[in-house]
Amino acid sequence: MTAVPLPATAPPPWSPLLGRISLEQLPFLHEPIVAVTFVGVILGGIALVGALTYFRLWGYLWKEWFTSVDHKKIGVMYMILGLVMFMRGFADALMMRLQQAMAFNGSDGYLNAHHYDQVFTAHGVIMIFFAAMPFVTGLMNYVVPLQIGARDVSFPFLNNFSFWMTTGGAVLVMASLFLGEFAQTGWLAFPPLSGLAYSPGVGVDYYIWSLQVAGVGTTLSGINLIATIIKMRAPGMTLMRMPVFTWTALCTNVLIVASFPVLTAVLVLLSLDRYVGTNFFTNDFGGSPMMYVNLIWIWGHPEVYILILPIFGVFSEVTSTFSGKRLFGYTSMVYATVVITILSYVVWLHHFFTMGSGASVNSFFGITTMVISIPTGAKLFNWLFTMYRGRIRFDLPMMWTVAFMLTFTIGGMTGVLLAVPPADFVLHNSLFLIAHFHNVIIGGVVFGTFAAINYWWPKAFGFKLNQFWGKVSFWCWVPGFWLAFTPLYIMGLMGVTRRTRVFDDPSLQPYFIVALLGAVLIAAGIGAMVVQYGVSIWKREELKDESGDPWNGRTLEWATSSPPPAYNFAFTPIVHDLDAWEDMKRAGVGRPLDGYRPIHMPSNTGAGVILAGISTALGFALIWHIWWMAGASFVALLVSAIAHTFNYKRDYHIPAEDVAAVEAQRTAQLERLAQNQGAAA
Amino acid sequence: MSAKNYTDLAHRHAHGDANPHAIGHHHDEPHGSLREYVIGFVLSVVLTAIPFWLVMSGAIADKNTTAIVIAAFAVVQVVVHMIYFLHMNGKAEGGWNMLALIFTAVVVLIVISGSMWVMYHMNHNMMPMHAEQMD
Repeated sequence: MTAVPLPATAPPPWSPLLGRISLEQLPFLHEPIVAVTFVGVILGGIALVGALTYFRLWGYLWKEWFTSVDHKKIGVMYMILGLVMFMRGFADALMMRLQQAMAFNGSDGYLNAHHYDQVFTAHGVIMIFFAAMPFVTGLMNYVVPLQIGARDVSFPFLNNFSFWMTTGGAVLVMASLFLGEFAQTGWLAFPPLSGLAYSPGVGVDYYIWSLQVAGVGTTLSGINLIATIIKMRAPGMTLMRMPVFTWTALCTNVLIVASFPVLTAVLVLLSLDRYVGTNFFTNDFGGSPMMYVNLIWIWGHPEVYILILPIFGVFSEVTSTFSGKRLFGYTSMVYATVVITILSYVVWLHHFFTMGSGASVNSFFGITTMVISIPTGAKLFNWLFTMYRGRIRFDLPMMWTVAFMLTFTIGGMTGVLLAVPPADFVLHNSLFLIAHFHNVIIGGVVFGTFAAINYWWPKAFGFKLNQFWGKVSFWCWVPGFWLAFTPLYIMGLMGVTRRTRVFDDPSLQPYFIVALLGAVLIAAGIGAMVVQYGVSIWKREELKDESGDPWNGRTLEWATSSPPPAYNFAFTPIVHDLDAWEDMKRAGVGRPLDGYRPIHMPSNTGAGVILAGISTALGFALIWHIWWMAGASFVALLVSAIAHTFNYKRDYHIPAEDVAAVEAQRTAQLERLAQNQGAAA
Repeated sequence: MSAKNYTDLAHRHAHGDANPHAIGHHHDEPHGSLREYVIGFVLSVVLTAIPFWLVMSGAIADKNTTAIVIAAFAVVQVVVHMIYFLHMNGKAEGGWNMLALIFTAVVVLIVISGSMWVMYHMNHNMMPMHAEQMD
């Protein structure tokens, strides 16, 4: 060993026992901001663990939730995961806004470059993979089996395993906050910056392994839901009688299954470059970083449709329900969805028009991008015509839908603008682009998630959400969004670039201060949302919905009680029409009241938690180059997976008497409700 | 028993079982006969042996042509596996298998040909070093 001082970018030292972990790798020891966060998280964590222990909730959580294979509980857990990670991602956003509003007139702001670069990378990764993805997966998990009249998904254990893999990825991202660092590369980690030469630390490895672990979960849940929708629809529910949300879920999961392997493969190639010295994406030895950009966007563009398609489904259900009408143009809606599914594979190059593929390639992808706005536009007209001459009820889900239609349309228009290659050469990597995609992701996915939570919450928990605090949240969020992003549009047109930490031109500061105010207003909206959930849970008796159908719904999930029994439907309904439940209500047919049979159900199992936990440990070991631990956890993974195949206690029957008891309770509930209504009338 | 209910027939029960074991054991799933496996095996061996022979003997002088011919054999090989080992046909699973296959083929085609097209132009425009080195 020579005593040459290590350059600043040298890889961290390595020991056989702890790999690359050392005291230097604990950022809270030398960064005050991280230290304060760390203390807060530790205290909060102790309080949470203490409370769970004090109220003896561990056993309950383990038995009823963590090991549950019930699609409804898994759906709820996905939503909770999404909300928690959304808070983390939003904290990152607020930090960036504050930094950019401060860093003028010679001030460096309060974040150093190392920290700031991690913040914007983590913000993107968390919001897409660990907030938006759990939201849409959670919604599909909860709603799809109910909408098609099924008792669960096709592979209930796989569903539990998928959820915990997604959580494992999220745990790795969160761990990077206090142990080591996260990538400083931007959310897609383009090489050569993400290669070993320029990112020798653990940041990019955290990025790779958190996405690989979570990616397994995403792909498996995609397969699961496709099988569920194709195989388990109620009799009579032909494809063209499927609710629109189920249709969009089907297309989304097809996209997931067809595109996530590309992400997995490209990350494997990047890992090989980083771990074994191959040269797929390096500058030397024939490597081509441009190929990475090409491949990751082949996944990346379908990904944005993976996020938005199910949300289009949510808006279709909400618009139709709250207008009291059948959806206008159901068939065209379905075709538009399918067309978007296919077209989403032929537009990826518009993310890198400026990389130099030339006029012919750019014009092809520019035109395909403009073409994809046609089916999307058709959808908007369908929603508008559904509302036209409908009896619209402006409850919270409908309010979010209208806000979406106004916001998303403008985001779509700026998207078409960016699809023009010459315009993109001016706007590429500018704040205009940032404003555009937040315009469609917040205006689409986030607003849609809130519409969906307000819409399906009563189904999941048996009581409605508080209107007042929901409206406060709404009126903070929507203007807050516009306040935060209009300045970005303006600055983007003036040529201000994204991911900039410090600014020279003092005339830009007012714009950033306005954007910060917008972000603060959004923070108030998130706060009001939390209050809304709290108040609603507190006043759940007043907000109770016993009918199971609080919005006068049209699809099958409203045909059962709220919350639905574990088996969803004692008898599988037979479908005769689109909007099956509306059809049943019109025909005056209800559920059967006798002749119950035992119901065959899948058993809970801890195998999903165990397998995902070991996978996360494996990812952690690979990030830190702790080879003994990687080997041990890999062997443990194989052994546990094989051991699980010998678990023959996979199913049980709910006895007919138990079903009868639950259903009798439901009958009594409905009769009481009818009497009360009669008395009120 | 109420006169009308949403199941039409009150006593049907089997369909909605959440248990995955109940599903999947369909009678219409094709299972290969020994004959099919043998045909598949022989075809696979032949389709593997020919490309090896092409490369080792240098039967086709032009290397690019050889590569294209080998790729063509690989495609045929894939089809043989699908028919004889995976027992796929147009009717299995009510046509869903075929539809999935077509979709997969379309996506793979888009991804491969698109990438080649894009990367060809990228290399041409952005990597002038390569052109000089080749001269």
